[in-house]
Amino acid sequence: MRGLFYVLSALAVIGLAFWAYQENYKTQTAVAEVRSLYQDIGAAHERLGMLRAEWAYLNRPDRLTDLADLNFDRLGLLPLMPEAFGAVDQIIYPLPTILPITNPIALTFDELSQRENDL
Amino acid sequence: MSRAPLRPLARILKARARGENPDVIEAANRARRHEAMADKQRQRAEGRLLVLGLAFFCAFALIGLRMGALAASIPEEPQASAVGNPIIGQRSDIVDRNGRILATNLQTNSLYAHPRNMVDPANAAKKLAEIFPDLKEEELLAQFQSERRFLWVRRQISPEQMQAVHDIGSPGLLFGPREMRLYPNGPIAAHILGGASYGREGVASAEVIGVAGVEREFDSFLRDPANEGAPLELSLDLTVQAAAEQVLAGGMSIMNAKGAASVLMDIRTGEIISMVSLPDFDPNNRPRVLTTGDQSDSPLFNRAVQGVYELGSVFKIFAIAQAMELGLVGEDTMIDTKGPLSWGPFRIRDFRNYGPELSTTDVIVKSSNIGTARIAMQIGAERQKAFLDSLGFLAPTPLEMIEAPTGRPLWPDNWSEISTMTISYGHGLSSSPVHLAAGYASLLNGGTRVEPTLLRQTSIQQGPRVVSEEVSAQARNMLRQVVVRGTASFGEVPGYAVGGKTGTADKPRLNGGGYYEDKVISTFASVFPANDPQYVLIVTLDEPSENSGDEPRRTAGWTAVPIAAEMIRRIAPLLGLRPQVDTPQQVGVTLTSN
Repeated sequence: MRGLFYVLSALAVIGLAFWAYQENYKTQTAVAEVRSLYQDIGAAHERLGMLRAEWAYLNRPDRLTDLADLNFDRLGLLPLMPEAFGAVDQIIYPLPTILPITNPIALTFDELSQRENDL
Repeated sequence: MSRAPLRPLARILKARARGENPDVIEAANRARRHEAMADKQRQRAEGRLLVLGLAFFCAFALIGLRMGALAASIPEEPQASAVGNPIIGQRSDIVDRNGRILATNLQTNSLYAHPRNMVDPANAAKKLAEIFPDLKEEELLAQFQSERRFLWVRRQISPEQMQAVHDIGSPGLLFGPREMRLYPNGPIAAHILGGASYGREGVASAEVIGVAGVEREFDSFLRDPANEGAPLELSLDLTVQAAAEQVLAGGMSIMNAKGAASVLMDIRTGEIISMVSLPDFDPNNRPRVLTTGDQSDSPLFNRAVQGVYELGSVFKIFAIAQAMELGLVGEDTMIDTKGPLSWGPFRIRDFRNYGPELSTTDVIVKSSNIGTARIAMQIGAERQKAFLDSLGFLAPTPLEMIEAPTGRPLWPDNWSEISTMTISYGHGLSSSPVHLAAGYASLLNGGTRVEPTLLRQTSIQQGPRVVSEEVSAQARNMLRQVVVRGTASFGEVPGYAVGGKTGTADKPRLNGGGYYEDKVISTFASVFPANDPQYVLIVTLDEPSENSGDEPRRTAGWTAVPIAAEMIRRIAPLLGLRPQVDTPQQVGVTLTSN
């Protein structure tokens, strides 16, 4: 009886040792994974910060003003002035949608002769 | 286990037969047995000692080995046990009220040298001088060939420069990561942000510290890792700030002014929406502090916060409002304005003669010094001082900037009757434009004290009452009249019902002894819209002179007011204020539905 007890305890110790060994390696893998994830997140943050800084730099009011001046011919952008506000009744109703053309009319001589040939 | 008997019968019998004492045999046997037992026990104890000694040896050896390993290995931060997010260790961003970035960080590299590791110092110095034109080849070479083991070459370099240095291929030139503070908007809001520089510097990293403005005031907040990168939200609006700076800079050059400042403040929350001081600087490349001369000539000087000036007639509304609050005068009470008003050796004069008497409203509209001084005499020094104190004019502003305490108002030690009279029209008490903005906001928002703040607020300030709502409305009406038919007629902006008061104060001579004849501080303090007050705008020009006419015009009505009007025209739409239009009555339209 006693012998059996000793054998069983020894087996339990071996089993537990094996389990602890595995858990240890699993933990270490997880820690390494977390570390690399943190590094990735850190790099992403850095990239994000850089992009944000660049966005802010490219959208700085001085530059936008200069760009609006340079492209005034095309865009006609002006500073927002009180005149820009309007009343609701100044807005036009949406234009009715144009229906698709189902019976086209020939407009050129070529097209006309083409049609006559078809007939 | 068999035991030897103590009294073996054979020997006992023999001994008895010989007539000897048998007990001797027993004692001898007993002694022998004890000896054997003692031997056995000693053996066992020795064994145990050995095992114990072995265990102790192993334990000490383990500890010793561990200590040795710890001492010999490179220290390493525990990473898995860190609480929170270990990545965002950077200085926090500063953003405006809409989340647009005012200050952020950039990862750059620093360049340093280990001259002893250099193979060809002459070539390295030559190439470095080519990459960085401001470095001198001879100086670099001298440093590389000296006994030094380490030297900084550049604190910050761009990626292109880093690649170029890398291409030199010298093993003695090394790079370290370096965080850099970037202000992407350049000089916009420079005075508020302040600037940053490096504290303790190492090869692996450097500490970024704020040197002025909110960067310094909130240094510990910005560096606190517990914030996890949460930005500092200011009350500023970047677009409004940019527009205000543009308008003010244009106006300053047209009016030939030496400097200018403007403050735009939310009348209920006390938030500073924009605060400009010109000339300004680029916080990315902060200029050095002046070592000689007047600090107020430096672009670093914040005229809106640090500059305390006698602001002139803009103060009249405080005296009038207080007199109305005390019930001394009403809106239409007639005030004696016969001039000049003599008090001892002093004569108080008006800009021009306004006749024998004016109504209280007209004292403000025409800006009569004599009328205001007479009202101030009724109020008295004690009550005037207490009232101005309740508006915050006797203490530095509580603005969240490191420079705010330096903007300490100046007032006479002896607040005599003549001081009361001159302070009522803005001479004798020096304060900053931010003080004035806070005073106007407190007076005109319905009569409760607001304190200026640079941080974004979510609720209105519930300050102590300064004047009644009725007096506040009357004061707004008077200021509106100033624009409609008084000294600030250029201040009319269609749709925004601007109300305001002009102030033109002669500059006191630096060495004391009176005032300059041809140098003024001209100020326009305004509120818009006057019928539904939302914002207070202060525009101050230092030594303006408008030269389009025959003789230079320096009064605020000609200099500060047009600039303020243009600013309101630009800013009010950006703040989302609709112009108020008189909508014609719709006639003949009946709304029906079926």
